[in-house]
Order: sequence, then C-alpha cells, then structure tokens
Amino acid sequence: MSTTTDVAPYTVVIGLEVHVQLLTQSKLFCACRNRFGDPPNTNVCPVCLGMPGVLPVMNRQAFELALRAAVALNCKIARFTKWDRKNYYYPDLPKNYQISQYDLPFSSDGYLEIPVEGGTKRVGIIRVHLEEDAGKLLHGEGGKRSQVDLNRAGTPLLEIVTRPDMNSPAEARTFLEELRLLLRYLEVSDCNMQEGSLRCDANINLHVHHNGEIIATPIVEVKNMNSFRAVERAMAYEMERQYEEWKRTGARLGEVPKETRGWDENRNITVSQRRKEEASDYRYFPEPDLVPVTVTEEELERVRESIGELPAQRRLRFISGYALPEYDARVIVEQGKKFADYFERVARGLEHAKNASNWMLQDVLRTLNERGWTIEEFPIAAEKLCDLIRRVERREVNTHAAREVFAEMLEGGGDPGEIIERKGLAMVSDEDALRQVVAAVLDKNPKVIEDFKKKKGKKRAQVAGFVRGLVMRETRGKADASLVEKLVNEMIVERAGVGFDS
Amino acid sequence: MALTKEEVEKVALLARLRLSPDELELMTTQLNKIVEYVEQLREVDTTDVEPLAHPLPVTNVFRRDEVRPSLPREEALRNAPDHDDEFFLVPPVLE
Repeated sequence: MSTTTDVAPYTVVIGLEVHVQLLTQSKLFCACRNRFGDPPNTNVCPVCLGMPGVLPVMNRQAFELALRAAVALNCKIARFTKWDRKNYYYPDLPKNYQISQYDLPFSSDGYLEIPVEGGTKRVGIIRVHLEEDAGKLLHGEGGKRSQVDLNRAGTPLLEIVTRPDMNSPAEARTFLEELRLLLRYLEVSDCNMQEGSLRCDANINLHVHHNGEIIATPIVEVKNMNSFRAVERAMAYEMERQYEEWKRTGARLGEVPKETRGWDENRNITVSQRRKEEASDYRYFPEPDLVPVTVTEEELERVRESIGELPAQRRLRFISGYALPEYDARVIVEQGKKFADYFERVARGLEHAKNASNWMLQDVLRTLNERGWTIEEFPIAAEKLCDLIRRVERREVNTHAAREVFAEMLEGGGDPGEIIERKGLAMVSDEDALRQVVAAVLDKNPKVIEDFKKKKGKKRAQVAGFVRGLVMRETRGKADASLVEKLVNEMIVERAGVGFDS
Repeated sequence: MALTKEEVEKVALLARLRLSPDELELMTTQLNKIVEYVEQLREVDTTDVEPLAHPLPVTNVFRRDEVRPSLPREEALRNAPDHDDEFFLVPPVLE
C-alpha cells in the first residue's frame, strides 16, 4: 500500500475510468446489430449515421444490463435519470455530439471489493452511466486519408468511474481483473480488451511526503493502455516519472493544467498528448430527443433477485462450503461462471470436493488450454467426470489409471465403468497377488538388494522408489500405490536384512 | 453580461467554424442580442422549481432489443464526400 520508505517517499494515488460494451443484440438507440468484427459500415442506419430528422429510442435490455452492473457494484440507483448531449467534433462521431449522461447519471456512489494481501479492499465507484460508443478510425499507411467505420457508433457503453482509491499499480490491475470477472458473471459484457469491449484510462498522481508535509502532485490522465499488463506497467512508469518531475520542478496539484499522456507499448513510456479540454467545453445540455427514465423500487428488487451469486461470494462459499483452499477457490471462480458451475456438479457427488478441484485445475484446465476450448466445449459431462473421480475415491482405480480413462473419455466418449472394464484398468489391491508381483520383480533384479545394502539414508528410499516403479509397470499402472509401497518396503527390508535407517 | 469577441471566437473554434473578422463582429452583435433576449427569463422567480429535464411529461420510452436490417453499405456511403467502398474517408487524423 503506501510506500513511505526511503526508496519511495510517496503514496501513489490512482483512479480509473473504465468503459465496457454491453452484450446486447442491437445498438443503444437503433436496431442495427451490435457485433464486433463485421465488415466495416454494414451495421449502420440513418440513426447511428447521424442523419437529420431521425429519433433515438432507448434499448430496454441495455438499460437493464446497466442496472444489473450498477446494483452489483453497490451503487445508489437514481429514481429519475436523463441523458445529455456531449458536444465535440471528431470524425468517429457522426452527430457531432455523443449521447451521454452528465448531471443525473442513473447510478452513483458504489464500491467494489478487491482481494489484496491479507484481505480485501474497498474501491469506491463515483458513478456508472450509460452512453453511446463512437465509431472507429483507422489511420492508413502513408497518412493520406483516415478510414471511418461506424459499426460501433451508437453501441451501448457503460462508463464506470472509480474514486482515487488504488495505491499501487498492482491494485489497479487487480481492480480491473475483479471488475471483468464481475461483469462477465453478470453477462453484462465480455470485457475483451483486445476487441475493445473493455477500455481503461487512469488518473494518477502522488502524495509526496516531504518535510512533514504531504504534497499532492499534478494529476495526469494516462490513455492508450491496451491490456491489464499495460495498465500496471504504465502506472509503474508514471509513478516514477512523476516523482522525478516533482523533484525537478516542485509543481503541485492545481499549479499546472491537467496533462494527458499516452502509453507507448513499444517504448514502455508515457508520452505527453494534447492539453485536456475543460469539461465545460463539451457544452453539455439535456438531450431533447430522449425522454427521462424512472426506476421503481419493484424494478430494482427484480434486478437484485436476477443477479444471484457474485464471484466474491462464490469464492467464500467454495472455501467454507467445500473446504477448498483459498487458492483453488480463487482460480476456479476466475475461470468464469460456467467453469465454476461444472466444478460444482462434479464436487457435489464426491466425498472430498478437493479431489474435484485437483482434477479441474490440472487435467481439465490443461486440456482446455491445450485445445483452446471453453468449458462448454469440453466433451466430458460433469456427471461422467464425477463418476470417474468417485471410483478413485473408492479405490476402484488408481489415479494413474484414471488418467488413462480420462484420456479415453476425451477422445471417444464413453462411460468410466465400461472403459475400466474393457481396458482392464481396475485397481489391483489383492495383497497376495501384489506380493507375488513384488517377489517376481525382486527375483529378476537381484542387484537391487545389493544396492540397498550399500547405500544409506535417502539413497535407500530411492532404491525402493525404483522397485515401486518396476512393480507399477508390471501391473500396467493398475496397482494400489499405497499397498505397493507398503509391500515393497517390507520385502526389501526382509531380503536385505537391514532397515531404511540402519 | 455581454459576450466578448474572444468568447465568440472560442465557441466558433469549438464548433469548427472559421469566421472572418467581419463575421466575428456580426456574430458577436447578433449573439449578444439573442442572449439578451433569453436573459428576460431571469425575471421569473425559479426558487423551488425543479430544473426541467424534458418538455414532455413522458418517461420510460423503450424499444425491445431486436435487430432489424441496417442500410446496404452503398446506401450508407452514398452521400459521403469521400469513401473507398468500405470506409468513409476523412482528412488524416493525428492522435
């Protein structure tokens, strides 16, 4: 948190402004498709092209999704809200104004709790408002002409403004990760930074501790950060840059105009951009083409009910209800709602939920990563995986053989019981039978006993491990591993005439 | 409170209007007349009056989230001063 050591005698103060695109079928004020990646200028109509004489009509689903997000962010919801025109000229804005919200946003004054070292931290949300997105500009090579694609113009956008409550680059990143997880759980946005469905600017300055005084340095807005990692790195860079600048100029907050800097991904630095226009330059005024929206207590109640369990609550429930370690709970929930749902379907049928967690975080997750699948594309039904792991719990198969069954189910489907039967993978836990296998292995490898006698301490355990490997190979991996360990140890000691410690 | 020429110049810049010195003179005079006219509203006592968000006594006009066909691209681009059959083309914009 606050860094008040000799190395960095300042606290960094970061606030974020996040824009997320809403997962609606159509745009905010017209019926054009809201979809990323379509051919340029194919999802446009007179309304979103800013033709004269057209009227915007608000998309109910967009407002619903916005409400859902604001409620989940613990915001106060305004009973009465309206839209305003934000006036500026830019080629990606065909109307020359953006329909946004100015003095009466639909929600304000919320918070999001983020995990930090040793607990959670509350990051305040100043406001969440609903506005329309602008189009996209492409700057061609040679710089002769810029290309304008208006497919994105008029798509619904949520603006989320935090309080300056983050005190390290890592906290800023954690906030974004937690926000993305929340909005994905709510199915409000897919929050894909590469596709621009989540965009983030940051305001950052320092509180320098100097001669018993706390000096606030000028606030800098940082733009053009295209990944969470970029946000973290830009903040780390800017923090140090501002401290150096303060040492050089001594400039304090309010003494110089607010500066906007852009993150240069290739050079790993921020570069100064134009001076920030004053807010009044946007000449906001109420949007006469849209009527205000009121929200009743009943509607709010319905939204609250529709939200269900949020990721933070789910993590806690996984820890308390399933006795999962914090790490497991966090990673499972992080994979998204569907993944966590799948985990629960597996865990419910098992003796120990941790066994489900182990399989999910190792075998399942690895498979998904390797094949680029989502959990919905994963071919093994939760019930089948549960069946398999239950057989491990009941010692019908060992883990090694279960992995073989898993691989078979992945490729050809099928039922764990049937595969175990067909491939003869049932666990061998018949003590007499295994004793004979161990004896045969030792007979075939007389050197092992000599080795064991010659070696000391840990080296003897290694010899035993080598024998266990041979026995497992002999039984094609099906033997009860703990039983094999017991028998091998007993029989080696018996034949060698010395123990492990002597 | 009269508008100065500098203020009119600034508003013109924000509206991307280039005014000649004569036009600036003319606009300053005319804008001041308009503002003066509107200033008459100050005579009304508006204490305890909620600011009006919209002249119509109507709220909550929504449409369903349904996609309907957009314009064919040729149509969308037809009135543009310049295009390349895919995009609108504008003078180079430097970030």
